[in-house]
Amino acid sequence: MDLYEHQARELFDEYGVSVPEAEVAGTSKEARLIAERFGGPVVVKAQVKTGGRGKAGGVKLAAGPEAAELTARQILGMDIKGHTVRQVMLARPVDIAEEYYVSYVLDRATGGFLAIASAAGGMDIEEVAAERPEAVARVPVDPDRGVTAAEASRIAAAAGLPAEVGPVLERLWAVLVKEDAVLVEVNPLVRTTDGSVVALDGKVTLDDNARFRQSRWGEGDTVRDSELERTAAAKGLNYVKLDGRVGVIGNGAGLVMSTLDVVAGCGARPANFLDIGGGASAQVMADGLSVILSDPGVESVFVNVFGGITACDAVAEGIVQALGAVRLTKPLVVRLDGNSATRGREILEAAGHPLVEQVPTMDGAARRAAELALTG
Amino acid sequence: MAIFLTKESRVLVQGMTGAEGMKHTRRMLAAGTQVVGGVNPRKAGRAIDFDLSGLSGAGESAGATVPVFGTVREGIDATGADVSVVFVPPAFCKAAVTEAADAGIGLVVVITEGVPVHDAVAFQSHARRRGTRVVGPNCPGLITPGQSNAGIVPADITGPGPIGLVSKSGTLTYQLMYELSEFGFTSAVGIGGDPVIGTSHIDCLEAFEDDPDTELVVLIGEIGGDAEERAAEYIRDHVTKPVVGYIAGFTAPEGKTMGHAGAIVSGSSGTARAKQQALEAVGVRVGSTPTETARLVRAHLTR
Repeated sequence: MDLYEHQARELFDEYGVSVPEAEVAGTSKEARLIAERFGGPVVVKAQVKTGGRGKAGGVKLAAGPEAAELTARQILGMDIKGHTVRQVMLARPVDIAEEYYVSYVLDRATGGFLAIASAAGGMDIEEVAAERPEAVARVPVDPDRGVTAAEASRIAAAAGLPAEVGPVLERLWAVLVKEDAVLVEVNPLVRTTDGSVVALDGKVTLDDNARFRQSRWGEGDTVRDSELERTAAAKGLNYVKLDGRVGVIGNGAGLVMSTLDVVAGCGARPANFLDIGGGASAQVMADGLSVILSDPGVESVFVNVFGGITACDAVAEGIVQALGAVRLTKPLVVRLDGNSATRGREILEAAGHPLVEQVPTMDGAARRAAELALTG
Repeated sequence: MAIFLTKESRVLVQGMTGAEGMKHTRRMLAAGTQVVGGVNPRKAGRAIDFDLSGLSGAGESAGATVPVFGTVREGIDATGADVSVVFVPPAFCKAAVTEAADAGIGLVVVITEGVPVHDAVAFQSHARRRGTRVVGPNCPGLITPGQSNAGIVPADITGPGPIGLVSKSGTLTYQLMYELSEFGFTSAVGIGGDPVIGTSHIDCLEAFEDDPDTELVVLIGEIGGDAEERAAEYIRDHVTKPVVGYIAGFTAPEGKTMGHAGAIVSGSSGTARAKQQALEAVGVRVGSTPTETARLVRAHLTR
């Protein structure tokens, strides 16, 4: 789960990293009141969980309360890369002497974290790394020792950053470890004209697998792009909304991803990713079908199950029961293969639902589902 | 022959007495695995009876009794175990793997899904230092058909044969084993779909290259990270056996986690296209569907 900038700012503040004075507003009126309290100019920043806010016009300087209200009105409701701006953060500007980049990222290749630091802050770090790799220091962090004071100085020095950045790196490491984050990024980290080091922006991604021991942000902060994703999440389904016409249900993340690709290869776009996992109970099948059928774009549904541990006859029973609970409004193509596939196919055949069609192979069934979606 | 797991392997199950542990220990036993003990400090000293009737492969031995030990150390001392399969819940996974590595076990197979990243980083690093190989977490484990099964891969899909398989995905592993059941496999390793895993595609490629019975390797990848790209470089420099690839996730949108914690395209990195291109650039044929992948393998093996 990604945090909003203002949440990252709050965390940094708590761990002793200097941040600008700032408050969050949900309306332009609130923005004005905050600006009045601050006095003088304020920076108005869109709160969305995506990059490129500046380029999209989501970050602006306002001279005073009136300008802040006007700017907030422009930014609130704005769409930035598919994310609607619902809140703005108003921050007191700081006088910048230098801008840096620092982050801790997970390095899959080594199975550990990497400190990335550069004296070229405020820019897209991937571009800097591509054009001037020597300007970006990448220092692996020892998983057992973490970032000690000595290690923090070493990282700062490797990037040519002043010694004052060291303690900030140490505190950001504490944020990463104690909050179970998999990414902490500050761009820019600035040195102000009066010599203090301030995190002007912040991106923090928390580990969803650590939720059981990190309750602070709760479930409600997760951004779901669509109503369907919210409904699916509430039912505990592993669902991602896409924009095509073939609804997809399968067991196992890899097989479902593969199913989407095979459907796309047949000329139709998949409407969603939905992994119902190993068990594939009637309830999960019914929940999955009801979410997919409430997607107005869906013209056909493809159920693709490979019976491994789960036997296909149990899956077929689940489908039959689900069809008793959910009214099927679109054709359903089912492919059952693997463990007890013959019995499973017989059960579906015997149920004789007029909208259910069985195709024995994955490629054949995908073709059929695509065909039905394109003609339906 | 096989990689990492043979009929000589003596397997402990950490978390054997839980529901998943019981279910899969029974299946492992039926597949011929030497499960020599379970580990659970609260149930140490007990012995668990497994009824294997109704499971294919169980043969004449319709039952087995497995002792429970308080610690991995005790289990090793009593049985000479060299492999551990971990079914404990995510919160206890780090302690379980660390304990197994400290006890000197050679291979730990972590089935548990939902392990926090910081825990995985810590126990992988610890295990590496101890010289313990970890497979997983969030994986189906590995099977050497006809010999031993450490994990949850269905043992009755196919038997021994000339194909080695390494995969990030469980169900795609089963699908390919099924499609290629007429040939059979030396070993099939599900390395898991998490961002931090113990055994990589490269580790398996290296082992399959050295395994005289493996004639061809099937490599299954998916979006996220650059493990497949690194595997491609390794193949170019070190692998002489034919490799056939399959990559899932071409239609996955950027920034969305597709089921597996590690399956995410971030910006322009981790795409299926890039992985396919990297593999094809080093001469690996990559199938566009699992079935086509099986066809490519079949063409190689029946040539």
